[in-house]
Amino acid sequence: MGARHGGALSARYVAGTSPVHRLAPQVKLVAVLAYALVVVATPVHAGWAPWAYAGYLLAVLAAAAVAGVRPGRLAAGLVVETPFVVFALLLPFVTRGPRVEVLGLSLSESGLQTGGALLAKATLSVLAATVLAATTEPRELMHGLERLRLPSALVQILGFMIRYVDVVSGELHRMRVARESRAFDGRRRGALRVVGAAAGALFIRSYERGERVHLAMLSRGYTGRLPRGPVAAVPSRDWLTGLSLPLAAGAVLATGMLLG
Amino acid sequence: MSTAPSLLVEDVAFAYPDGHQALFGVDLRIEPGERVALLGPNGAGKTTLVLHLNGILRPGRGSISVAGLPVTKQNLREIRSRVGIVFQDPDDQLFMPTVGEDVAFGPRNLGLPEAEVAARVATALEQVGMGGYADRPPHHLSFGQRRRVAVATVLSMHPEILVLDEPSSNLDPAGRRELAEVLESLPVTLLMVTHDLPYAMQLCPRSVVLDAGAVVADAGTRELLADQQLLAAHRLELPYGFDPTRT
Repeated sequence: MGARHGGALSARYVAGTSPVHRLAPQVKLVAVLAYALVVVATPVHAGWAPWAYAGYLLAVLAAAAVAGVRPGRLAAGLVVETPFVVFALLLPFVTRGPRVEVLGLSLSESGLQTGGALLAKATLSVLAATVLAATTEPRELMHGLERLRLPSALVQILGFMIRYVDVVSGELHRMRVARESRAFDGRRRGALRVVGAAAGALFIRSYERGERVHLAMLSRGYTGRLPRGPVAAVPSRDWLTGLSLPLAAGAVLATGMLLG
Repeated sequence: MSTAPSLLVEDVAFAYPDGHQALFGVDLRIEPGERVALLGPNGAGKTTLVLHLNGILRPGRGSISVAGLPVTKQNLREIRSRVGIVFQDPDDQLFMPTVGEDVAFGPRNLGLPEAEVAARVATALEQVGMGGYADRPPHHLSFGQRRRVAVATVLSMHPEILVLDEPSSNLDPAGRRELAEVLESLPVTLLMVTHDLPYAMQLCPRSVVLDAGAVVADAGTRELLADQQLLAAHRLELPYGFDPTRT
């Protein structure tokens, strides 16, 4: 078996029974999206912006604490943010306008502000998304999206991705082992052609698997819609609990707007 | 004739769109409760025939009926609940996020009420010895377990006839035996496509040999496997040391 235990996607999930774990997935999805919107809506050049970021950070850390997501897990989630960090670090150097001296470097003042805001907003949003991923299984997320009326075709594609990512990565792994078993060296000249051919082969295999899966689905009466199981209504108390995160962030934003 | 046969294939011929003729007039009749092995070399048309049984492919000539119901476009939904095909690779068959949802896929497509779906899922998983695995994702299971769950995914549709494509492939000896025990315990008509001649002998009293798109032999499995000339003529070989007259 090529797939590691647990699979690549569910590796982000941390099993638990916290109040956050027990919330319906659609509630959590809406909460994280609303939170990110509030964070992004914060004016970049306002003097009180750093205080607002601190407030948002407090809110998301509180949510993480309730969910039992440990700091290490949160930090690991931030890895996806790396491209933003690089971009944010470049901004003070390339933006024009008044300059300030920091550690002997001449940096753009507005570049520093913009870069800092970008970094803060991205970090906060990723933190919220990490709490979501750590407390919700991938298939639960899928159910949540379905209940939020995301088009059924998109949800099905996501579902198949969740199901087959380990199968396909297992295939990829076996192809690599087979290559290397015949003394293939990825660093040699011309290696790219071989890897390209392997990618092509993997694509064709996956395409053929898609056809076989479709056949198996038709054989069991598939007519274009994935049948749904029972759908339980979400009590309004759960919505309130879930939305307390964006509401807290919203309160911080409103306070800043009014006082600042 | 008091009851209709589980499966009746009459003079079925089929050519693929590219012109390759795969079946040349196949006749096959399987009575309720029979267990039949469909043998034949690669490229004989076995899989093509299987895909005709539930109307995925439509014959160019001839007809098929399942328990008296002809395979036509109007009957497709009913036909697909009557013919349960278990494909060779369980990863193709198990496409839902959990075992339970996968076994529920067929019954839900049939539009059954949720209570009935739940009961069928529980029974089907119990029948293949996988009760208690409903919430597990398929990739957590061993290959043999996945194959048995694949059988459950069609059992939950209460099929008239169970069609298995190479059920013993890639199984370790224990997995082979466990699957055989499950298949023997099921009260359904069985058609098993296989290269595994001892497995055919263990499970199916009757065998049909398909070669070059036509049925070339139809007899008791034991006598058929003892006919060395027949086997040799159709690229079928017994494993070394296996003697069908002694087991």
